[in-house]
Amino acid sequence: MLGDIGIILGTIVFVLVNILNGAGILTWVERKQSALMSDRIGANRASILGIRLWGLVNSLADALKMIFKEDFVPPKGNRLLHSLAPMFAMLPVFLTMAVIPFGPPVEIAGRVVKLQILDLDIGLLFVLAFGGIAVYGAMLAGWSSNSKYALMGGMRASAQMISYEIILGLSLIGPILVFGTLEPGIMVNMQNEYFFGWIPKWGIIVQPIAFLLFLPAAMAETKRAPFDLPEGESEIIGYHAEYSGMRWGMFFLGEFAEIVVLAGVLTTVFLGGYHFPYLFDAIEKTGQAGFHFPWGQYVPLGEWTVVIIRMATFGAKLCLLMWLQMQIRWTYPRFRYDQLMRVSWREMMPIALVNIAITGLVILWLAK
Amino acid sequence: MITVKVLKTVELSAWQKTYYPELWKGMVVTSRHFFVNLARFAGRAVGMKTKRPIVTIQYPEERRPISPRWRARHRLMQRPDGSPRCVACMMCETACPDKCIYITAGESLDGRIEKYPVAFEIDLLRCCFCGLCVEACPEDAIRMDTGYVEFGGYSRGEYYMDREFLLKDLGMEDKGRTTHAQYRGELDGVVVTRVDLLAQAKHH
Repeated sequence: MLGDIGIILGTIVFVLVNILNGAGILTWVERKQSALMSDRIGANRASILGIRLWGLVNSLADALKMIFKEDFVPPKGNRLLHSLAPMFAMLPVFLTMAVIPFGPPVEIAGRVVKLQILDLDIGLLFVLAFGGIAVYGAMLAGWSSNSKYALMGGMRASAQMISYEIILGLSLIGPILVFGTLEPGIMVNMQNEYFFGWIPKWGIIVQPIAFLLFLPAAMAETKRAPFDLPEGESEIIGYHAEYSGMRWGMFFLGEFAEIVVLAGVLTTVFLGGYHFPYLFDAIEKTGQAGFHFPWGQYVPLGEWTVVIIRMATFGAKLCLLMWLQMQIRWTYPRFRYDQLMRVSWREMMPIALVNIAITGLVILWLAK
Repeated sequence: MITVKVLKTVELSAWQKTYYPELWKGMVVTSRHFFVNLARFAGRAVGMKTKRPIVTIQYPEERRPISPRWRARHRLMQRPDGSPRCVACMMCETACPDKCIYITAGESLDGRIEKYPVAFEIDLLRCCFCGLCVEACPEDAIRMDTGYVEFGGYSRGEYYMDREFLLKDLGMEDKGRTTHAQYRGELDGVVVTRVDLLAQAKHH
């Protein structure tokens, strides 16, 4: 009993620490990556006793600044909802990460520990459900501020998020049909199987269209460019117009955490989770842990080496996807509002529906 | 005569309308910049001689050499004995369009010179850095070649330069000034930093 609680607490702390650190470092990555892309140097002026750490200190300075800024609540706004809104924006993001397996099950002291906080058999529905709750953050923020600008921003945000949530759900149906499960753990394990013995059955290979639909839809959920109409800080005022200090920071912490979480979901569903191609553990290959290459070569590895390689693989895939999201965010210009809606309803949704139909037909045909 | 220009609206091809190929092209451009710059920075970090990754000049530490013709803060030239070259002829004060030069002339004890400036004051806040005083001076007594370009201060008094201050300025001659050769070198693509200039000054 006590051991179970310890395991659960341990995984929770591990995941939370990693997400929070990831979100913090992403603020630095965003500055530096965008700078390198556009031939600039990027933030590098903040220093502690002359130590600048290539601008990493800027992130600390930012956090300090936000903590000590005035925490303003509009006098005629709704005080309770105004303080609840940032939490609604941040909390669901962290909860989503609970169902993402970040490593294979390991055996510690005769007890099987799943490297995943919550082993839910409706895992992907859980992801979508909490994605849906995140809408409340933006809506409440706009509504409770008692400001027309914030309200309009909140409306824009909720319209966008609801539109893209449909794409999110529809594009996930493809992989769900193929893998026949909603449980992320099983889904990940099914991606360690191979076509003709050498092409891994990753989600991106069996459902490429679903990936191309899911990625932009999920980026629209994070409300970052090219889908940053709800925020549009300097041009069209967003739902957090009346927020300042750390509460404003919480929206953006949530946004950066969402990048990490989104990378986690994408990895799990489309990139084979923690699996490294051709790497098997002792259970999958009856006692022969290690690389089993398609040309017959076998490289034996220790059980724990496999676990470590797999967790590192998960981390590497996460980093790759976060890099990709940053790159997308700093490459493409913002959509116009009508384009945003058209892309969602008239272009992505039909494609998603056709994808589901074709996937279904192929599965039927293969089952015969 | 009226010319008619027919504007053609650019029709996207079906290939372009699928978005993804064009999006991919954009990503390739930005990613190339990212990786090239990253490689150059990484190369520098381990001590390799790479191409300068980014053209930004980190201002307080690095400076672009300013042109030798740049009109910076004024200075008064000295005779070998340290007295000002100025003969208080009032040419600069007359030429000054801002009327920011205030000279009080006194009779010189030196037989060869009639007058000398008892006070020579310039109000920098009124100065428009036109350089007419330098051109008006028959004695080459006032110059604007200090290379001093950072005018920051906490009070107006700091911008009111008296004779001693203007004469004293000779000390920082080496710091900001750039020779024509150095400046041309910069134009050839060599960035001369302030540190380099100091090193050169010591070397000679």
